[in-house]
Amino acid sequence: MPEGLLGQLEVFFTWQNALLWLRATGTTVAMAVVGCGVGFVLANLLVLVRTWPSRWLLPLRVLIVLYVEVFRRIPFLVLIFLVLFTTRALGLHMPLFAVACVTVTVTATAFIAEIVRAGYESVHRNQWESAAVMNFGRLRTVALVVLPQAWTVIVPPAFSYFVMFIKETSLASQVGVYELMQAGKYFNNVGVSPFLAFGTCLAIYFALSYPLTRVGWRIERRLAHRFRRTSPAEPLAAPPVVGP
Amino acid sequence: MDYTFQWGVALRYLPDLLQGAWVTFHLTFIGFWTGLVVAVFLAVGQLYGSVRLRRAISAYVVFFTNTPSLVTAFFIFYGLPEIGILWSPYVCVLVNLVLNAGAFLTDVIRGGVASVRVAEMEAAETLGFSMLQKIRYVIVPHVAKVLYAPISNLYIVFILGSALAAIFGVEELTGTAFNIASETFRTIEIYSLAAAIYVVMTVVASVVLALVGRLAFRVRARVL
Amino acid sequence: MAQIELRGVSARYPSGGQVLDGVSLVVDKGEVVSIIGPSGSGKSTLLRVLVGLLPPSAGEVWLDGSRLDYADRKALTAARARLAIVFQQFNLFQNMTALDNVTVTPVKIRREPKASARARGEALLRRVGLGDKLGAYPDELSGGQQQRVALARALALGPEILLLDEVTSALDPEMVNEVLDAIRDLANEGITMLIVSHEMAFVREVSDRVVMMADGAVVETGPPGQIFDAPRTERCREFVSKILRH
Repeated sequence: MPEGLLGQLEVFFTWQNALLWLRATGTTVAMAVVGCGVGFVLANLLVLVRTWPSRWLLPLRVLIVLYVEVFRRIPFLVLIFLVLFTTRALGLHMPLFAVACVTVTVTATAFIAEIVRAGYESVHRNQWESAAVMNFGRLRTVALVVLPQAWTVIVPPAFSYFVMFIKETSLASQVGVYELMQAGKYFNNVGVSPFLAFGTCLAIYFALSYPLTRVGWRIERRLAHRFRRTSPAEPLAAPPVVGP
Repeated sequence: MDYTFQWGVALRYLPDLLQGAWVTFHLTFIGFWTGLVVAVFLAVGQLYGSVRLRRAISAYVVFFTNTPSLVTAFFIFYGLPEIGILWSPYVCVLVNLVLNAGAFLTDVIRGGVASVRVAEMEAAETLGFSMLQKIRYVIVPHVAKVLYAPISNLYIVFILGSALAAIFGVEELTGTAFNIASETFRTIEIYSLAAAIYVVMTVVASVVLALVGRLAFRVRARVL
Repeated sequence: MAQIELRGVSARYPSGGQVLDGVSLVVDKGEVVSIIGPSGSGKSTLLRVLVGLLPPSAGEVWLDGSRLDYADRKALTAARARLAIVFQQFNLFQNMTALDNVTVTPVKIRREPKASARARGEALLRRVGLGDKLGAYPDELSGGQQQRVALARALALGPEILLLDEVTSALDPEMVNEVLDAIRDLANEGITMLIVSHEMAFVREVSDRVVMMADGAVVETGPPGQIFDAPRTERCREFVSKILRH
């Protein structure tokens, strides 16, 4: 690698490198999409079971509450190592990308479950009662009445978490997933200035996160006040505060 | 499955992990609350400062809230030595934490101040409050109440986020777990133990914050 | 013959507090029975118990000569299929249009053909004077209109028994009559009705029998003429005189 930032630019900006970055970006986005997508489905299942009014499910409900509390309190970095070594110990030699996806799923499920539960709670109790006296089963009540009203409360914070996980998956570089952060480290290792290598990294993350955050705001404004709620300004049980 | 659990080995290292947890605690405690002080100044600047100052603060907030703290940490850790600044890993990570926490908290505080209703301010106006009195009696109590829960949540988020310090060789909880795991190969046990300590730490933090909030600001927060 | 029979029914809310205390009541087929009484006397709770939103803590509910077991989901479902309730707060599904509110149960739950359910729903909404509001969402309708949609929704279930829970108390005064007119029509058709209401003039006109409740218990039962003009109990006389004075 030639010395000096200017000299490096020429070597750094090649089609080949652009492709490497593009692939890394794709991997980063894919981990968040897969993790949050599967997490969303699982979270809905968990909340369904957690709110199911049956005495027999009590042990399962306790497990779900524990799951949600515990997995929102373990760092992504620790969790990804746990997933990696546990799956290896079980003899599952999953690709690293899959390990990262599983890790995102495990955490995202816990986070989104809290959001979905808050969404359920935002739907007025009389809607549940109306459905009950008209013989809607639990599933139909949720599918026909509750979710169509709750999704306006669920989608905005869930989307924020999705954006958060795009950034969070940078930690997957630690187990060797070739995503954006790993690309930055690679270029830094082959002699590209850290300003350039990590700067590109930052720029791409920003280019992903900033527009998506704006989309999130727009969704939030669009969906606000769509349905009559439990009370006009019911705060979410899990405020959509999202970290770095 | 050819992995045999040896919890005894892992438990022998519990004191080391707790030592690491202590580092995690002071790292995040210093970093986060320093970030909060920074954020208060920035939020005031953003609300009452000149246009240029406001733009600069917005740029800072938007930049740090939209980039992973891991990448900014790499930037600081590998970039600063290039321009002759040599900080220890702990300081690098701490500075990164302050910068990130500062950005997120500025955003949260600005939102909280903006939520002071016009009506409340007008009421203060008609009562003939001075600017300082308005801040003291109207803005601060309201903002403290509104902001307490999101700030507490962020604190937990930053405790978890501080695990990235391990990557730069800081021997906090995760870093200590790294080292022990690579010495003993008791990976699952060590990381499980570390995870459990994080859970306990953040639960304790949540409970303490909820109690403080209840006593100091009469915020009725959900503990879990 | 007795279509609904309550034998010493008691109920309490989970938060505590007895709200029904040994209520016994018989409603015959095709009868219109109104329940009056001061607020907090347990009138609405009685209806909630009947539809199984609040299981009784003691006593029995009999429908057409068979005891209803609220713990038995199948039996409860069967009972609910014969009952319909209109709530004080309308409780329309906020995410559905007026027509969907009326047709959702026939189509999605009872698996009736969509076209016929739709035609019936439209006819019912026209009947309550809302033929031009089929596609309106609840929050686009006035209180009186929402209450009439709720009535149409209840009727779409083809209930044998209709329970009306203070259906006019959340309405503006000028809306009251449009709802009452719709109910009056139904009463003339011979459907069994249990009405909780504060509209004394209406109760007097439409009811076959009036039940006066206080403190979770039945104080007096009799034809409207007796309850309003010649109450036999002191408690009932006091209540009626208070109500009728203005």
